[in-house]
Parts: sequence; C-alpha cells; structure tokens
Amino acid sequence: MATKILMPALSPTMEEGTLAKWLVKEGDTVASGDIMAEIETDKATMEFEAVDEGVIGKILIEEGTEGVKVNTPIAVLLEDGEDASAAEDAASGSQDAPADDSESSDEDDSADVSTKPAAQAAGDMPEIPMENIPEGTKFKKQTVREALRDAMAEEMRRADEVFLMGEEVGEYQGAYKISQGLLEEFGARRVIDTPITEHGFAGIAVGAAFAGLRPIVEFMTFNFAMQAIDQIINSAAKTLYMSGGQMGAPMVFRGPNGAAARVGAQHSQDYAAWYSHIPGLKVIMPYTAADYKGLMKSAIRDPNPVIFLENEILYGQSFDVPELDDFTVPIGKAKIAREGDDVTIVSFGIGMKYALEAADALAEEGINAEVLDLRSLRPMDTDAIIKSVKKTNRCVTVEEGFPVASIGNYISAVLMQQAFDYLDAPVINCTGKDVPMPYAANLEKHALITTPEVIEAVKSVTYR
Amino acid sequence: MAAAKKSSKSNVSAEELMSHYREMLMIRRFEEKAGQLYGMGLIGGFCHLYIGQEAVVVGLEAAAKEGDQRVTSYRDHGHMLACGMDPKGVMAELTGREGGYSKGKGGSMHMFSAEKRFYGGHGIVAAQVPIGAGLAFANKYMGTDDVSFAYFGDGAANQGQVYETFNMASLWKLPCIFVIENNQYAMGTSLQRGSSTPELYTRGEAFGIPGEAVDGMDVLAVKEAGERALAHCRAGNGPYILEMKTYRYRGHSMSDPAKYRTREEVQKIKSEKDPIDHVRDLLVTGKHATEDELKAIDKEVKKIVSEAADFATESPEPALDELYTDIYA
Ligand SMILES: Cc1ncc(C[n+]2csc(CCOP(=O)(O)OP(=O)(O)O)c2C)c(N)n1
Ligand SMILES: [Mg+2]
Repeated sequence: MATKILMPALSPTMEEGTLAKWLVKEGDTVASGDIMAEIETDKATMEFEAVDEGVIGKILIEEGTEGVKVNTPIAVLLEDGEDASAAEDAASGSQDAPADDSESSDEDDSADVSTKPAAQAAGDMPEIPMENIPEGTKFKKQTVREALRDAMAEEMRRADEVFLMGEEVGEYQGAYKISQGLLEEFGARRVIDTPITEHGFAGIAVGAAFAGLRPIVEFMTFNFAMQAIDQIINSAAKTLYMSGGQMGAPMVFRGPNGAAARVGAQHSQDYAAWYSHIPGLKVIMPYTAADYKGLMKSAIRDPNPVIFLENEILYGQSFDVPELDDFTVPIGKAKIAREGDDVTIVSFGIGMKYALEAADALAEEGINAEVLDLRSLRPMDTDAIIKSVKKTNRCVTVEEGFPVASIGNYISAVLMQQAFDYLDAPVINCTGKDVPMPYAANLEKHALITTPEVIEAVKSVTYR
Repeated sequence: MAAAKKSSKSNVSAEELMSHYREMLMIRRFEEKAGQLYGMGLIGGFCHLYIGQEAVVVGLEAAAKEGDQRVTSYRDHGHMLACGMDPKGVMAELTGREGGYSKGKGGSMHMFSAEKRFYGGHGIVAAQVPIGAGLAFANKYMGTDDVSFAYFGDGAANQGQVYETFNMASLWKLPCIFVIENNQYAMGTSLQRGSSTPELYTRGEAFGIPGEAVDGMDVLAVKEAGERALAHCRAGNGPYILEMKTYRYRGHSMSDPAKYRTREEVQKIKSEKDPIDHVRDLLVTGKHATEDELKAIDKEVKKIVSEAADFATESPEPALDELYTDIYA
C-alpha cells in the first residue's frame, strides 16, 4: 500500500519548517535509516530519515519550499512492486497517515488557546513599552536569543576578563543557540566548552572570579545547576561576607529556567524562589528582549554573583530592542508594562505573558489592570509594587513556580506589612500547581499557570 | 573500535543467535517507530533513540539472571525492551497515555518497572550511577546474590558523583557493574574534547576496580564480558567496569542537527559495524537460518511494534485527577 511521508516535527516546538533539500528522487529505493531530505527548523538544519522501506513514488513538496506545516504530506512511498499509479492515488487523498489529535481530543478544557502549554501557544508575545530611552532612538526587532548573544558579545569586546564557559557553548554554538558566533569572534580562550561536570566548572569559575576574572557560566538549563548549587550558594554568594569584604565572586550564572514543553518533571522547574532566598545573590528574570539585553550587560558588570534566569519559550520571541551603543537596564528596578487603576498584576519572566493576556481580556470587560514587570527578583523593587497597590488597592501575583514559599508569597507579606491599610482584598498568588511537572500533554496543561486563572483571580479581588 | 577480548563465536547455538537477532531488531524497529511518532507530534519533548547501541543491552541482559537490577539514563527505551518490559506500555508512555508504564506522567526519559527491576530512566546526567550502587548496596545488605547494572554514557563518565560512587562501591565491595556506553559523543562533544584520557575502562583503577573495553557492536563479545563481570560481582569481589565501545546513529535527541560529525563517519559504522547485520551474517553464513526465516522474524517484530504504536495512540490520556496522585505515598 502506498503511504504518504509527512513533514516531521523535528523539535519540541516546531510547527512548520523549510524543506531545504531532497536527497532522494522519484524512483529511488530507500531503506529505513536512509537520509531522504534536509529540513530547516527555526534552530537548525536537520536530516530526515526514512522509517519504512520502499520506492519514492512521487515528491509532493518541491525542495526550497518554506513554511511547510508539520504533518503535511511531502512525498509518497510505494511498496515493492507497486507502480506509479498508486502514488497518484495516494497523493490525491484517501489513505492519510493519522494526524496528531492529542491536543484537540481534550474536550473538558475551557477552550482557550492560552491554556495550551506555553510552548504550543504560537504567536507573538505581547510587547510592552520601554522607559528611559533617549528621544529619536531607533529600534530593531530582535529575538531574546539574539539580544542575549549581543549583550555578551558587547561586554566581551569591552573587557578581556569576561569569558563564557559551559556545556556546548563553543563548537555547538550553544544547546539553545544563545552563544552563536561567539567562539568564532572570541576564540577558545574565552568561549570554553566544558565536560558535563556542573559542580566542577561552577567551582572553577568561582575561583577564577575570586582571582579577578568575570566569568559567565552557562548552565544548559537551570535544572542542571542543581548539581552545582553548593558552589553557587556556599562559595559564590557568601564569600564577600565571610572575607569581610576582601574578595567576592563577580560573575553571572545564566541559562534557561522553568518549564519547556513536554520534558517532564526533572527538566521543568522554576528556580526563581530558590535563588531569591539567598543573601549575596542577585536574581534577574526578564521578559522582553530589550530587558534581556540591558540586564545581561548590567549583570556582567555587577560586582556580585548574579543568577540570570532565562526562558526557552521566550528565546525565539521577537521584541523591539533600542539601537544604542551601550544600552543597559538597572538591576532592581521594576517597570510598569501597562497602566491601570483597578488592580495591580505583578509578574516577571514568562509570567508576564499570562499577566498581559489577562489584562487585555479584562480591559474588554472594563477592568483596567496595571501590570508590573519586576524583571529583578533580588533586589526586588517593592517600592514600585507598593506604589501601584496604593493606587489600585488590589494585587494579584503571577509566576510559573510552585505555590509554597513562592515569590508571590513574599510580595503578599510585604504588602501586608507595608500597605495593609491600602488593601481592599486579600492578595492572590497565581502559580504553577503544587505538583512535579507531568509529561502527558493534558496534565501538563493543567499543571502550568494559565491566563484564565489570572483573569479569575483578578475578578475575585475586584469582587466581579 | 578495538576490543580487549574477541568473542569466540564457535560454540554459540543457532537458537541463541536467533534470539539476539530478534531482540536487537525489536529495539531498532521500536525506535524507528518512536522517531516516526515524534515526527507526527504524538511524542513530545525530548526523545533519545538507542539505534546503533542495541548489542549492549541485549548482550548484557542475556548474561543476567532473574533478580538482577538495572538503572540507566534518559536513553532508556532499549534497556526496557531488553529486560522484558512490554513494548505497548513503553510506547504508551512515550505518547503520554494512561496505558504507559508511568501512567503517562514520566515520558520517554522517566520510566520504571518494579516488576522487571528496572529502576529508571533518569534525566540528570550521571544521577543514576550512585543509584545503581545503592541497588547493589541493598543486595549486599540483604545478602542476596543479585547484581545491579548501572548504565551511563561517555559524557556522564566525567561527572563527579561517578568517582564518589566508585570509591564507595569499591570500599564496600558492592555488587555493581558500571556499564559505560561509550558511543563517542556526549551531545555534540566528542570523547576527545571532553575527556583528559580516552580509556574510560581504566577510570576505576585508582579505586581498585577492574575494567575492560568491549566491542559493544558485537553482542557475543558483550555477553561474554557480562558473564565475566557478573561472576566477579557474585563472588563478592566488588564492582566491575565495562566500557562498551558503541555508536549512536541518530542525533543526540530528535532536535540535534548533528553537525559535529560527518555523514561519512556515520555511514561507515553503519555499513561496517552494525550489530544487527553482524548477527544476521553469522546466522546466514553459519547456515543457522534461511532468508525466509529471517524475513519471518522481521515481520513478527514489525507487527509487535505496530501493535505497540496502535496501543499507544489509542490509549486515552490520563484522567485529570492523576495530576495530584503519586506525589506522596
Ligand atoms: C547534569 C546534567 N547536565 C547536562 C544535561 C544535558 N544533557 C543531557 S544528555 C547530555 C549528554 C550526555 O552524553 P553521554 O553521557 O555520553 O550519553 P549519551 O547521550 O551519549 O547516551 C547532556 C549534556 C543533563 N541532562 N544533566
Ligand atoms: Mg555518549
């Protein structure tokens, strides 16, 4: 029976790709494992291998075609002995290989796109305004990925003491392609591939920082920084204090943090609250590409150990970034992402997506939310939160992490102590659920924080 | 791919060869199907295929006895099939369905079977190494003669906890076989770029742990080495290291463009060292099996795999209240 070969998904987040090149032609015999085509995804060019053996009956999508959706038939494979007419039949319809229905089969859901796992909710992230940019500044659209790379490159050009080390940061150009081009520009002295030894290289970087260098340590993801957490907390964070101010660890620990898509419990965790607990660390978790860039540059220059929590799902998102020679954003300053009078929604990182989507939806119902992007978690701009709450008298916090001992819990306590008389309702903390991240698509959806939950929380504190 | 010991192929029965062939083919076909389901969006996240390395688990499982334990990394599908776990349950876990070994909550990297003494699928590189020694600790503590297999990669072999474990395992004479699956690459880092010394089987020397390098593409050599290591452990001599020289044909995970090696390098291994072709050749040249008999096995294996795929796509998603179960015992 002739079967259709479908455009494959070649990464956890791929929805479409370019069929760059066919390596087989009509009439060729293929066996499983043979490379049939090269397909470009947003991150890389991948080889696509045959699963079944047979003869290529017909090529349905020309090479060079862009934007081919996953699961589109791209060729027809004939079994031994079949002739080309079977290819025509297959091409014209009938026996489709099964398409993915794992998403749509989930009927009990509240039917909102935004309740999909973040990675699968396609489309641009909401943009927010910028502050303190000189009049007449030009902007360019950049992905978070590019903004981070540029920030590191600019700082490495500025100071020889700055270097990058981590797994796959050099020759592989970064597991998530953040360090693209850096090895080429700065060489192997300053862009250093390490073995898989997080505790060891984090400690080596701390020692190098004691001795005056400015290391940037990339963790492939922050899940793996757990291997290194002793060096981060016991060595990097505490030495300035223990040495009576003689020496410290001016360095950046950076990498993706929080849930990606469908990677399960050991690879999906938000460490915002963990690191924010530690005196001696600064903790940053930006949302927009401009903030990623400006805060990364500030982090590299800061004389303290800085934990820079990135997000894989944001890496590919584009935002306006100012074209300035030296654009920095101060650590410890929150930003009003959207003005409003009825309620303050405080968030940071990917949480901003849910906060802004909720604010949009609420505006349609006449509730004007002020949305505050914390950007830095330690030091935290609590003044900005209090100021906003004094205006709105209500507050909802939004984060992806676990609910117990969360960032939102801390904000609630600050508001209770410093703005109690201004509160017209209890503060609500919207968080991820109190469970390890499940793998199953439907469960994952429910484990993550969702926009409808934020909307509901706002309605509750505004008594609507 | 030099091996320390050559396999003596003389006294291997046709039956045994057929069994190795079938088991390895099962893993190969299963993994190809998993790759296809991933391409269709039915499997998500990370999915690390075992294609090319089949001889390692099949050979060692052939040497093991009932009661022995195993633990490995995220590249775990082959280990599960080889120790007798049901392909349906494994595939349904890959698709995140109720019928999966972890009810869909673990996924490709995190699967377990208490019944088959398979202690997981672990996503954190090298975390399974001390866990494997811990299984061996329990064996010694309880006075059983069971041995645990702790599988890990050439990249994992650089993690600090491996050496902490080597020291204790040797100090306490734990019956643990450390199986280093040296497939030459840790993601995009070749062995040479990540390891100060390439001879991984010597990594236990400082702790007094014997080790040997094995041609991990030759299932018979693997089985023999496994038997030696098991005898050493069961006799109470402490741990043993087996460095399996092997190769992964596919990218590190589904989204790895594999630019760090040439297509020719992969092709050469496939055509010269393929573990399945090797046994197939032994079967055919030794006149142990006819082409038709081998075709029949192929067909049977394909059927099992396609039934597993059907099961994995038809099994329902887990019930929503599963979100809150199994967090505490
Ligand atoms: C502690 C930790 N660091 C990094 C990673 C990311 N990672 C996953 S697999 C891998 C490569 C491991 O290579 P190897 O041990 O040779 O095993 P193989 O994948 O070749 O089977 C890396 C770096 C991880 N999962 N855990
Ligand atoms: Mg490896």
